[in-house]
Amino acid sequence: MSGEQAFTATIEKDQRIEPRDWMPDGYRATMIRQIAQHAHSEIIGMQPEGAWITRAPSLRRKAILLAKVQDEAGHGLYLYSAAETLGADRGDLTRRLIEGRQKYSSIFNYPTLTFADVGVIGWLVDGAAICNQVPLCRSSYGPYARAMIRICKEESFHQRQGYELLMTMMRGTEAQREMVQDAVNRWWWPSLMMFGPPDGDSPNTARSMAWKIKRHTNDELRQRFVDMSVPQADALGVRLPDDDLRWNADRGHYDFGAIDWSELKRVIAGDGPMNAERIAHRRRADEDGAWVREAAAAHAAKTREVRA
Amino acid sequence: MSGEVRHEWPLFEVFVRAKRGLNHVHVGSLRAADHEMAVHHARDLYTRRNEGVSIWVVRSDDVVASGPDEKDAFFAPSGDKVYRHPTYYAIPDSVPHI
Repeated sequence: MSGEQAFTATIEKDQRIEPRDWMPDGYRATMIRQIAQHAHSEIIGMQPEGAWITRAPSLRRKAILLAKVQDEAGHGLYLYSAAETLGADRGDLTRRLIEGRQKYSSIFNYPTLTFADVGVIGWLVDGAAICNQVPLCRSSYGPYARAMIRICKEESFHQRQGYELLMTMMRGTEAQREMVQDAVNRWWWPSLMMFGPPDGDSPNTARSMAWKIKRHTNDELRQRFVDMSVPQADALGVRLPDDDLRWNADRGHYDFGAIDWSELKRVIAGDGPMNAERIAHRRRADEDGAWVREAAAAHAAKTREVRA
Repeated sequence: MSGEVRHEWPLFEVFVRAKRGLNHVHVGSLRAADHEMAVHHARDLYTRRNEGVSIWVVRSDDVVASGPDEKDAFFAPSGDKVYRHPTYYAIPDSVPHI
C-alpha cells in the first residue's frame, strides 16, 4: 500500500495519524500552522491575566490566577511539543511569532481593564475555547489530539474559577455588579469572533473537515457556545449585549445578532488595541531570557566535558 | 544580541508513572539544557495535578524506533500465528475454569 493510500485509509477508519506516517504536504503544513497558532495563543494569552496577578484582591485569588497563568504556559508547551513531532522547531516558531509571521488568537489583543475582566475571560473566553477544543480531542493527528485531551481537562478549572469569581462580585456592591456587566459588554462579541469567520467565508474548512482535523464548522461551534452561555448569563444575573438574542423554538437554538466581521479583520490585521504591546512583551521576554538559556547550555556543555 | 549563535536546548521525551504498580507512559516532549533540568521541567509541565510519582527523561535523538514504512513486513511474523491466542483452541463449555 502506498503512503497516500495508507493515509487515506487511516483517516477513513477514523484512526489517528502518527508523526512518522506518510502524510500529504498540505496536511503537515496545515497541522503545523494550526498547532503553532494555538500554542502562540496560549503563550500570548498569559499576558492579559498575568497583568492582574499582583493586583488580585486576595491571596486566594492570586494563587488561583497564578496557577491558571502557569497552565497557559503549560498548554503552550504541550502544543509546541506536538508541533515538533511534525518537524517544526520550537525556537523557530517563537521567532515567527515575534516577527509577526504567525498568528495567535485575536481575542488576546483586547485589554483587561478591571478585575472583572479576569472572571469574564475565564467564563466566556475559556468557555469558547472549550467549545472549540473538545472536538479537537478527536482530531486526526495523534499528538495534537492527545495534547488537547490534557488541555481540556485543565480548561474546566479555568472556566469554573472565572464564573465563581463573577458570582462573588455579583453578590457584592452595585459598583462591582456594574463592573461585571461592563466586562461582559466588552468581551461578548470578541468571544463570538473566536470561532473564526462564518462558514461561507472560511475557505479551509472543507479540507480540514475532510482530513478530520476539524470536526465541526465555525458556525456550528459558535451556535453551541451561544446556547450554552445564555442560561449561564441568566444564572449570573448579567445581560448579554445583543438586542436580537432570543430563543427560536423552530430551530431549537438561540438566534443572535449580526457580528461585525470588519472588526475581526481589523484586529487580525494588527490594528487591535493591544497587538503591538503583546508582541513587544513577548519579544522582550525572549531577549531578556536569552542569556539564561545560553548560560544553561554552556553549563551543560561544561558538565559533559568534566564527566567525559 | 546577534541571531547567529543559537543555543537551542536539546529535545527530551518524557515518561511518567501515574502511580505505583503502573508502567511509565510517554506523555510528550520538552526542551532542556541537560537531563537534570529536563526532570525539573517535566515535573512542572506534566505533573501539576498529581499526575505522577516518577519521571523518566530520554534524549529524543537517543530513541531508536521501528520505521512506519516497514510496518507490515516488520510485524508480519506475528500476523499468521493465530495459535498463539487462547481463543484458537475449542474447548467445550462443559469444561470449567479453562
